[in-house]
Amino acid sequence: METKKLTLLLLTTIGMALGVSNAQAANECSMGKTLTADRLTVATGNPAYPPWVMNDAPESGEGFEAAVAYAVAERMGFDKSSVEWVRTSFDEAIQPGAKDFDFNLQQYSIKPERLEVIDFSEPYYTTTIAVVVREGSAAADVEATASSLKKLKYGAAAGTSSQPFLEKVLQPEQATLLYDDNADVVAAISANQIDAIVFDLPSALFVSAVQLEGGKLVGQFPVENNEAPDNFGLLMAKDNPLKECVDEAIKSLHADGTLKDIEAQWLADATGAPVIDMDK
Amino acid sequence: MSQLSPRKRYEQQERRRSLLIATVSLLAVCATLYYLVPKAPGWESVKRSFFNWPILEKTFPTLLKAFLWDIAIFAWSLPLIMVLALIIALCRNVRTPALFPLRVFGALYTDIFRGVPTILLVYLIGFGIPGLGLARPWNSPYLWGTVALVLTYSAYVAEVLRSGIESVHKSQRSASESLGLTEADTMRFVILPQAIRRQVPAMMNFVIALQKDVALLSFIGPVELLRQANVYKSLMANFTPYIGAAIIFLCVTIPATRYADYLLAQQRSVRT
Amino acid sequence: MRNVTHKLILEDLTCRFDDLTVCDGINLSVDSGEMICLIGASGSGKSTLLRCINLLEPIDSGHIWLDGEDIAIPGLDPKPYRKRIGIVFQSFNLFPHMSVMQNICLAPKRVLNASVADTKAKALELLEKFGLQDKANEYPDRLSGGQQQRVAIVRALAMQPEIMLLDEITSALDPELVGEVLEVVKALKEQDMTIVLATHEMSFAREVADRVCFLDGGKILETATPEEMFTNPREARTREFLHRIL
Repeated sequence: METKKLTLLLLTTIGMALGVSNAQAANECSMGKTLTADRLTVATGNPAYPPWVMNDAPESGEGFEAAVAYAVAERMGFDKSSVEWVRTSFDEAIQPGAKDFDFNLQQYSIKPERLEVIDFSEPYYTTTIAVVVREGSAAADVEATASSLKKLKYGAAAGTSSQPFLEKVLQPEQATLLYDDNADVVAAISANQIDAIVFDLPSALFVSAVQLEGGKLVGQFPVENNEAPDNFGLLMAKDNPLKECVDEAIKSLHADGTLKDIEAQWLADATGAPVIDMDK
Repeated sequence: MSQLSPRKRYEQQERRRSLLIATVSLLAVCATLYYLVPKAPGWESVKRSFFNWPILEKTFPTLLKAFLWDIAIFAWSLPLIMVLALIIALCRNVRTPALFPLRVFGALYTDIFRGVPTILLVYLIGFGIPGLGLARPWNSPYLWGTVALVLTYSAYVAEVLRSGIESVHKSQRSASESLGLTEADTMRFVILPQAIRRQVPAMMNFVIALQKDVALLSFIGPVELLRQANVYKSLMANFTPYIGAAIIFLCVTIPATRYADYLLAQQRSVRT
Repeated sequence: MRNVTHKLILEDLTCRFDDLTVCDGINLSVDSGEMICLIGASGSGKSTLLRCINLLEPIDSGHIWLDGEDIAIPGLDPKPYRKRIGIVFQSFNLFPHMSVMQNICLAPKRVLNASVADTKAKALELLEKFGLQDKANEYPDRLSGGQQQRVAIVRALAMQPEIMLLDEITSALDPELVGEVLEVVKALKEQDMTIVLATHEMSFAREVADRVCFLDGGKILETATPEEMFTNPREARTREFLHRIL
């Protein structure tokens, strides 16, 4: 009896203490602008894939985007315990209207058309687009040149930058097949229904190394051949007042090299991929 | 004008009156909606992302072109569905004991393929069977997606046909057999034509459902109307392409639905 | 081979539906060209007996001899015999999705493998004989009950059967249409067709039948000439039945 009462008292005290510390969590800029007072709600994909989020567990802070989210939160005055994770599908998040997150990160490319109904932060990562084939398939020994790559049959995840890239830049000879997510594209190439997949480079690296048995990265397309560099930004509801605070946080992460460090930790391999020759 | 009987004149008056009332109430509802909906606080943003004319104009031609795939998938699936459904329905009606396994097969078939959601079947067959290592073009998603559609829909249509066969009165079978016709001839010339005729309206419902379900093939790769609209939606973060796709689907399904209702009404009038 | 003296002989014919004995040891012989009328209350077994003769109902015991050949042996293919024995039902049972012509020609084409031209010519001939030539291309639902029943008779005749079984063929008709159908039966009789007719038309039975059988509880209680049957029946049950109905 006595101990129970004591525990209760203790818990209440701790709760009060937390409440107090929470009240001081947000910095001046973000004060009162978040979905829930003193907490930052961050959304990612369901499931979330490496190397962006390791083991589908963003709470661990492991993986590039998980780490970026916590770094941004920290600059905005939220400690790790004040960050709450929710999941949304890729499409759900770009719908107009109210959001159930403060910001959402799952490799959203910043595009002018999208800016009409949602807002993006400053970019936190810039990527190139890369091609993956499968060892043992007819396309396994394709040369890393535009002319030989054009002859392949491509698949891509619908709604990503891969599809417009194929349509406008590479222009392959056969119609592209599109899928709901990376796992389906991988299933299609495993079934030999397509020869090659295009992804952003980090996803391509992960797919070729882990998800796709016998996956092989052919190379990345040179940045200047991408219509515009594919910049990933944090997605927010249109006219979210929090945007200026997020931008400020990202700028400061850029300035002091924190973002570079996170990138080096989680996306180190991305720097070594061969570049595809667009003139041959 | 010829002289109308008092009853005719009364009926004509009544008809005019109800037509007037119907028109007025319809206009009232439309006007209310027209006036009220734009007053909703979110109307401007909904208009921008769902009813965006420039985007519709830009995307509609490509959407129409993508719809050709839906038409093609529908066109080659439908005959296959009908043939397979007929075979399954006949299997379920087999009376010879030696062919009892066929009955079991027919029953299992309809139970399984009606029980599994079409989208699951499209995924499982569309990725699963090509994954066994078939060479191109035998691993095409069009081929195996079609197989999935045909399996599901033929199970439904087979049940419709079976109940049609059972609804033909047994005196028809007696009449045919008393003339010395074989069981097969009886089925072919006497029972089936009546069963099919009777079930045309019910089958039309599945035809309409199929017109929409061909879009499920988009999950395993083909860029048909639904996927094309989906791509535009992601690119532009705008739902107007979906409205465009819905309009295209409706242009096909509404006439088909009306036609099915017409057939049903016609059949009722024949029966009574 | 035996019993070649008669066209059709029913010997001890018994037919049961589960526990119910519908035909109970029927014995009857029919000569070529003879017309037998079966009378009796509803449920007395007349229809079932006709269906048994056409092998539409399997019999439980007994024999059906057609020209001296037992055609009711279990496991025997009934089709060759059915085409020799025509049957017409109370409810016509025309095929509603086929025109009159198609109704008539289906069986000759499929069963007798007759040529299309032959079949059509014969069908037209029969239709003409029964005043139906202008109905050849109509569908059954456009015909009156009497016309439908006459078409059904023509359909059975087109198979050139040796025996015609007529199962209460006027019971479903409006009274004013009964006459035209009975005329057809009379015409058949005049052509020496062997006929077994189940009927409630007592005056017709009296007028045209060679012999009349009274069925009661699945048994033939009494067989007699129409004259005897209707004026001086032997059995009390027969008297009772005739008294009730006449």
